[in-house]
Amino acid sequence: MIKEILKILENDARTTPAKIATMTGKPAAEVAKAIKKAEKDGTILKYKTIVNWEKAGNPQVSALIEVRVAPQRDVGFDSLAERIYRFPEARSVYLLSGTYDLLVLVTAKTMQEAASFVTRKLALIEGVQGTTTHFMLKKYKEDGEILADGGETKRQPVIL
Amino acid sequence: MPRKKPGITSKRVNQIAPSGIRRFFDLVASMEGVISLGVGEPDFPTPWHIREAAIYSVEKGYTMYTSNLGMPELRQELAKYLKKEYKLDYDPETELLVTVGVSEGVDLATRAILDPGDEVIMADPGYVSYSSCVVLAGGKAVMVPTSEKSNFELSADDIEKRVTDKTKAILIGYPANPTGAVMSRDKLEKIAGVARRHGLIIISDEIYSSLVYGVEHTCAATLPRMKDSTVLLGGFSKAYAMTGWRIGYAASNKDIIGAMFKVHQYTIMCAPTMGQVAAIEALKSGDDSVNEMVADYNRRRRFMVRGLNKIGLPCFEPKGAFYAFPSIKATGLSSNEFAEKLLIEEKVAVIPGSAFGQCGEGYIRCCYATSLADIEEALARMGRFVGRHKG
Repeated sequence: MIKEILKILENDARTTPAKIATMTGKPAAEVAKAIKKAEKDGTILKYKTIVNWEKAGNPQVSALIEVRVAPQRDVGFDSLAERIYRFPEARSVYLLSGTYDLLVLVTAKTMQEAASFVTRKLALIEGVQGTTTHFMLKKYKEDGEILADGGETKRQPVIL
Repeated sequence: MPRKKPGITSKRVNQIAPSGIRRFFDLVASMEGVISLGVGEPDFPTPWHIREAAIYSVEKGYTMYTSNLGMPELRQELAKYLKKEYKLDYDPETELLVTVGVSEGVDLATRAILDPGDEVIMADPGYVSYSSCVVLAGGKAVMVPTSEKSNFELSADDIEKRVTDKTKAILIGYPANPTGAVMSRDKLEKIAGVARRHGLIIISDEIYSSLVYGVEHTCAATLPRMKDSTVLLGGFSKAYAMTGWRIGYAASNKDIIGAMFKVHQYTIMCAPTMGQVAAIEALKSGDDSVNEMVADYNRRRRFMVRGLNKIGLPCFEPKGAFYAFPSIKATGLSSNEFAEKLLIEEKVAVIPGSAFGQCGEGYIRCCYATSLADIEEALARMGRFVGRHKG
């Protein structure tokens, strides 16, 4: 049951337990309990809003930074990754296979601010061997939501 | 004596009543801010991988006629699909025909098998085109009343009573538009028994076959000794959200398909090429998208049915398609009055049940293939309306 609940919430975090209960055909108390449990055990991390900041007149600068690091004995990549993900500027941090090791998503108010995070903090961390910064030019889709203003196609209002 | 001037339009076409709710349709189209539960198609656009395949085909120049029967690759995929889904073997060369939606399929099937005066038995309420296609093919539609009490399923006994020496076929369409009813295997077996006893053909509209919720859909062709006497009409519109592509198919024995093919060849030539390419892609990798859409419809179905019951429009549980068919008898309004007043007073469009036959009177069809937010708002508006009109 929890998977179905999570799917509904992932699509719209504001769906009430009562509504989810109707949609899934399960008792409301059971649904509420399952959600509480998922919140407690960290299955549900947080309820957030996807904002189109550009539209809000408050554009952000985002950059994806490839980071090559030297893994350390015993702790591998984890401890270095932690040194990086503790910075609030790092919105997302991933360990990847391929030509570099960590991918860090940084958001900042200006390009200077993002650049200074890289040159003054990230690149100087011990074990970091090199970085390549890619500034985002345009966001087309975020977390499954298309940001471009596409005209919705309309259905005929009545069809037999 | 001057010769009596013949009518400009044919008697046959004149026999078909013009849609009584045309005026209602026009009214809906002229209004702003209407929430429509009156649609008969998915609210999802066609899954992107299918659209993308079609775009690619246009770029590559797939813009010409295909084989009259339909693209060989599509017929092969259809044969595979029917094998996998129903364990039925159809020869893609002689027993499958790609049509312009199930709509063309119904037209072809009736024209292929009916002689003037031949009778076709079907359910009331039922999809609007069935009886008209029979009449256009020169036949006579014999309606069998069905009711909420029997879950809007056709009963073998009721059919048996109406069999005459003119009866040629039984036309069934389950999961059903407008009721959302699904035919149980048990009842279908009994109907197949009637068909076998009297040598009748079953024309089975399977357009909603993938849209069932927690129950199994049984296809008439899968019943013992029924494959050869069943015309299976399927399509891509509802399951793959491909209504505008106009692609369906017919599967039956080679004599019936051969006869349908003759009509198809001279009237249609071939189904749209781009749509056929899209249909191939749908069959090759559409399963996941179908499952996801079905899961989503199911959530809205529960929401809609529960909501209707709550506001005082008792609704039998539809187990298929994407329609709820609540009773509006408590309001004392006819279904036409209900639909029109609801539209004017609360700006919600529903389809009067009487559009689907006499037995649909006292009901309305509400489609839940629309966003949850719209369903919620529509239910709130309908709740106010019912509160005011409760007789």
